[in-house]
Amino acid sequence: MSATEMTHQKVIIIGSGPAGLTAAIYTARANLAPLVIEGEPSSTSDQPGGQLMLTTEVENFPGFPEGVMGPDLMMKFRDQAARFNTTFITEKVTKVDFSQRPFTVWVRDTKYTAESIIVSTGAQSIMLGLENESRFYGHGLSTCATCDGFFFRGQEIVVVGGGDSAIEEATFLTKFASKVTIVHRRDSLRASKIMQDRARNNPKIEFKWNSQVTEIIGTNKLEGIGLVDTVTGESSKMSVTGLFVAIGHRPNTDLFKNILDMEANGYLQTRPGSSYTNIDGVFACGDVQDHTYRQAITAAGSGCMAAIDCERWLEAQH
Amino acid sequence: MADGIVILTSANFDETIKSSTTPILVDFWAEWCGPCKAMNPILTEIAKEQAGKVTIAKLNVDDHGDIAQRFSVMSIPTMMVFSEGEMKLKMIGAKGKPQLLAEIAEFIPTKS
Repeated sequence: MSATEMTHQKVIIIGSGPAGLTAAIYTARANLAPLVIEGEPSSTSDQPGGQLMLTTEVENFPGFPEGVMGPDLMMKFRDQAARFNTTFITEKVTKVDFSQRPFTVWVRDTKYTAESIIVSTGAQSIMLGLENESRFYGHGLSTCATCDGFFFRGQEIVVVGGGDSAIEEATFLTKFASKVTIVHRRDSLRASKIMQDRARNNPKIEFKWNSQVTEIIGTNKLEGIGLVDTVTGESSKMSVTGLFVAIGHRPNTDLFKNILDMEANGYLQTRPGSSYTNIDGVFACGDVQDHTYRQAITAAGSGCMAAIDCERWLEAQH
Repeated sequence: MADGIVILTSANFDETIKSSTTPILVDFWAEWCGPCKAMNPILTEIAKEQAGKVTIAKLNVDDHGDIAQRFSVMSIPTMMVFSEGEMKLKMIGAKGKPQLLAEIAEFIPTKS
């Protein structure tokens, strides 16, 4: 596929998590031959397949009573979209112009135009924001428990965070580690009840409450972390060889600043009960516009909404 | 060899690295790693486009952990470039094709 052949589309979908790929399946089946610009592989940021590519077992996606691995589930989504005439570009959108129709999307120097756009760029993990953090990535610091847990067999590791993803990672990592300490800045977890119970009943998991990571210690690889008690302000050190971070997410909306309406926290605004953004013909779905539910199934559901909204909107233009 | 990609094992690793007539990019991966899977199509494309200039090889860390350990792999995907039998570059994490090509550019001969 050359760039020149592919310049004009009925619909371009930006992003390829559960929302984007569901929108692709629906628009493809509506004969709109969607172009999905799926993003670039990355171990630390957004990527094709979305956040599930960095997760382990998904136990709450209907249709998989035995559970399914996040990456496997996303491969199935993608295969299903591909089956119905979806074209994929494995690169990142670098710029958009939604000020006139057709809309324009750039991938570096290559330009694509479309009658309509579905934005499903999702969200990505927040890192700790410590000065020397990037130096330790791949040397004891990890953003992907499934990828890297294996290398911490018999070691003592720390998971930072208190939500479902932190607890899921901690539980998964007990397969390899001798001890997993969950470091959380509050004194209670945000995670769902079932995940909490599972963690509390796991003899390899310990909790360190009211604690924030302030420092990463080590020469060539991670040797320990510095902590501060969020109640007493007391500092302490802890030796660990593995550090996994799951402290939350931020939406991938940098591309759309001053173009699409956003909440104060950067999430895109959609008209309630729909996927319409403030620009006619531009729709948004999935985590990029949802900071409440943030589930694979709700993302997929909203991807379906965006596809149907888009299809009807396109029909109304003629 | 599948899709022009060399499969490395504990048994053939050293001999393959030593006898390679081109620089060789080794992708350390495993079945359970999502970002590793995302690299597959990119590596297949590079193997095809750069055939004869750079060899693309894969090593499964699950099956051949001794090699991963020898090169202190603690995160996958990790990709390394070996040239003249020595490790010249270590890249940690998945990345897009343009970025990967830029990082290995110095090892790809401009004339074939």
